[in-house]
Amino acid sequence: MLSAQLGVEGQSQCNVSLMASSASADCITQNGSSLKERNYLGLSDCSSVDSSAVSCGADTEIKSNLNLKATELTLGLPGSQSPHHQELSFTALLDEKQLFPLIPSKDAQKSVVSGNKRGFADTVDGFSDSKSAMLGEGKNWMFNGVGVMLTNKPCGTQPLVKTEATTLKECGNNVNNGGSNTNNAPAAKAQVVGWPPVRSFRKNSLAATSKNNDEVDGKPGPTALFVKVSMDGAPYLRKVDLRTYSTYQELSSGLEKMFSCFTLGQCGPAGAQTREMMSESKLRDLLHGSEYVLTYEDKDGDWMLVGDVPWQMFIASCKRLKIMKGSDAIGLAPRAVEKSKNRN
Amino acid sequence: MDPDTKKCKESKPHSSNSNGSKCSHLKFPDEALEKVLSFIDSHKDRNTVSLVCKEWYNAERWTRSNLFIGNCYSVSPEIVSRRFPRIKSVRIKGKPRFSDFNMLPRDWGANVHAWLVMFAEVYPFLEELRLKRMTVNDESLELLAKSFTGFKALSLLSCDGFTDDGLKFVATHCRNLTELDIQDSVAVDVGGDWLTCFPENFSSLEILNFASLNSEVNFESLEKLVNRCKNTLRVLKVNESITLDQLQRLLVHAPNLVELGTGSFMQELTPRQYEDVGSAFSNCGKLRVLSGLWDATDLHFSVLYGACARLTFLNFSEAVLQSGELAKLLAHCPNLRRLWVIDTVQDKGLEAVGSSCPLLEELRVFPLDPYDLDHQHGVTEQGLLAVSLGCPKLHYLLYFCRRMTNAAVIAAVKNCPNFTHFRLCIMNPGQPDHLTKSPMDAAFAAVVKTCPKLRRLSVSGLLTDKTFESIGEYAKNLETLSVAFAGSSDKAMVCVLRGCPKLRKLEIRDCPFGNAALLSGVEKYEMMRSLWMSACDVTMKGCRMLAREMPRLNVEVIEDEGSDDGAKAGKVYVYRTVAGPRRDAPPFVLTL
Repeated sequence: MLSAQLGVEGQSQCNVSLMASSASADCITQNGSSLKERNYLGLSDCSSVDSSAVSCGADTEIKSNLNLKATELTLGLPGSQSPHHQELSFTALLDEKQLFPLIPSKDAQKSVVSGNKRGFADTVDGFSDSKSAMLGEGKNWMFNGVGVMLTNKPCGTQPLVKTEATTLKECGNNVNNGGSNTNNAPAAKAQVVGWPPVRSFRKNSLAATSKNNDEVDGKPGPTALFVKVSMDGAPYLRKVDLRTYSTYQELSSGLEKMFSCFTLGQCGPAGAQTREMMSESKLRDLLHGSEYVLTYEDKDGDWMLVGDVPWQMFIASCKRLKIMKGSDAIGLAPRAVEKSKNRN
Repeated sequence: MDPDTKKCKESKPHSSNSNGSKCSHLKFPDEALEKVLSFIDSHKDRNTVSLVCKEWYNAERWTRSNLFIGNCYSVSPEIVSRRFPRIKSVRIKGKPRFSDFNMLPRDWGANVHAWLVMFAEVYPFLEELRLKRMTVNDESLELLAKSFTGFKALSLLSCDGFTDDGLKFVATHCRNLTELDIQDSVAVDVGGDWLTCFPENFSSLEILNFASLNSEVNFESLEKLVNRCKNTLRVLKVNESITLDQLQRLLVHAPNLVELGTGSFMQELTPRQYEDVGSAFSNCGKLRVLSGLWDATDLHFSVLYGACARLTFLNFSEAVLQSGELAKLLAHCPNLRRLWVIDTVQDKGLEAVGSSCPLLEELRVFPLDPYDLDHQHGVTEQGLLAVSLGCPKLHYLLYFCRRMTNAAVIAAVKNCPNFTHFRLCIMNPGQPDHLTKSPMDAAFAAVVKTCPKLRRLSVSGLLTDKTFESIGEYAKNLETLSVAFAGSSDKAMVCVLRGCPKLRKLEIRDCPFGNAALLSGVEKYEMMRSLWMSACDVTMKGCRMLAREMPRLNVEVIEDEGSDDGAKAGKVYVYRTVAGPRRDAPPFVLTL
């Protein structure tokens, strides 16, 4: 159902810019924004559209189909498949939207259509014909969330997808929203507020993550600042020492190099190299484009966009990094703004 | 039957009126009754005593010295102060438990200040204050410190709202302080300066716990304090900023410790330092409880060996251990009754628990990273099985996992039928049995059928209404039930409300339960402490109906989505109260 998932991308908000329907795998429109410039259009709209309709109650079978499909390697944008798939993915999409990390589940119950300036159907067709170079590598993308806005740049088009091929296999379940049922949709790895029920102070300290390194003399403190970096779709985590960088640019390049293997092809144990290779430049585009955003978890447990605060403040408060699909990060910008307001 | 009340009846004097059936004919001096009642501590018993007759009600209220308020909004300071004139120790609980998981907006309430104002006026001899999940501001701490000359014990469990300054007031003014415990409390801008505020001659401290503070503390002051209190200090739990060699210096001053929370265990030590730390531990002959242990690894375990054999409670929830490391240490801890670990120890580690700790009664396994994509780490049904096989006395379980099977749970409760607390959290919502892919109904049915003493249950995984039918039918002693992402229809909740006679706290999130389910409990809620429902199908209409029907319940909707009847009630908190609607409710809390 991967294709179905992909088909859904087009069904998002008006503000979503879709990948230009360039057939060429090389054509990746980039808005070229750095981390700092990322700007989610219509933030105020965002909250009203961030909701998704109550799940249409896609049944378990569909979900398990999604699972299977999700493990398929496909090229091209979703939506290039049959309309039937698109429909199915719509519901999956809605469910996943409810998993959106920073939005309380109640939001998920608002009608998705309410805030949309453009209905689902409008965008589906337009999207279905386009191919995405991003998808060229055959990664299994899964749409995550309706009402996701990636960029305000009309020219940039990015599939609003995120996926974890492996996690789709492994997580059999979807998060129920309050209004829906207990179907087993694959859980997009979005976080639900307050779940699992673990006290926030119990999260591991930085020292713990650095201890996981094979550093023999892993001293805590100013000598090394290891944080875990996860990337949506990557089968395992990496760790970086934030002290080896002094600017966001450096961090970004470092991460590109580190994660290039994940997007250039499967290099993990799961591995057959069945995916199309991507050039380094494409990867850079990948990271710099609105395709991915770099986010971090701060000391309070909130997820913020990287690049909003001065570097020193960032490394002082960063506990963990995550390279998210742009679609996932939709709720972060308002948070960051709100948080800095609170701090002032 | 309470033996004291029996005694009371038996010692009834032989009055001329042989028909002693009416209390008013009893020539039983109040003083004698009061004397007898003063031996009763349990507030439950006292509540029962107070219902016997007016005389007993009065005798009881004059002799009650320990006040327990399970929900700070169920009663008001005025009512309490009118009824109980002689209170020496107070325990109050505030926010609903889900506030621990960020499900309650900030400034929701449960501020202790109004209570303290009343206490200062009515109970000047107050000695102990124990709060859980309440907001405590610095002004309140100042009021506390300055109002009660004999104040002895302050315990703030999972509280928030105070800073350094507040603690400074306490340290400075509470000359008779024996206990200062801010466990799990979130304190912003709290440094360690408050430690310097204890007076030079202050030496009565028995319990000091600041393990959850996340800033440096003034070690010299701490060391001096511990030294001054060496004869009385029983419990010392420091925070992560204290290093191993600093810990050693503290231990040398405090050989009578029964409970110790260490600081960071990650430090390079010289052989000499190793020895010193090791012998410090060995010298703590009374040590039974060990926690803290941030980043402990087997590099440093040897320092603990001298104390391990006596340990009954080992809290490794801040130490990221591998299975081998845990096994190595547990081999030295045969007397363990309670163990808390992180799931990096995996099933192999739990096998070691099963084989090394036959006396184990409580096990809590926390997830290293609840949101991690990486499914390789963690514990599974195998670990649960292994522990149940080796630890037949197990009765308290908190288990976070990503994989579970019905068969394992069924077998586990068969091995350990004495469960009183069974909290299983399968972290992916709605996840079925890992092997059979069927719902986890059979597992929880087995739990409630096999464990008649069950008082607390948390369910998870893919669950249909069947689970809740079983709970309603068999869980006769159940007091607390937590449900998330489960059930198929209203019937589930109805079964629980109709079936569990001792149910006191019900917390539900993200379940398909609507107004019918909510209203089915209309007669039950007054017998319970509280009900929480969030992200369910309850609407404002249902809440309003409940509120209308039951005036002695507060039906509060937090963050409603609109006030028309059809709007979903996002978070509903229902609790019995004699104090009427909250007077301090913030704008986002709507009392219907």
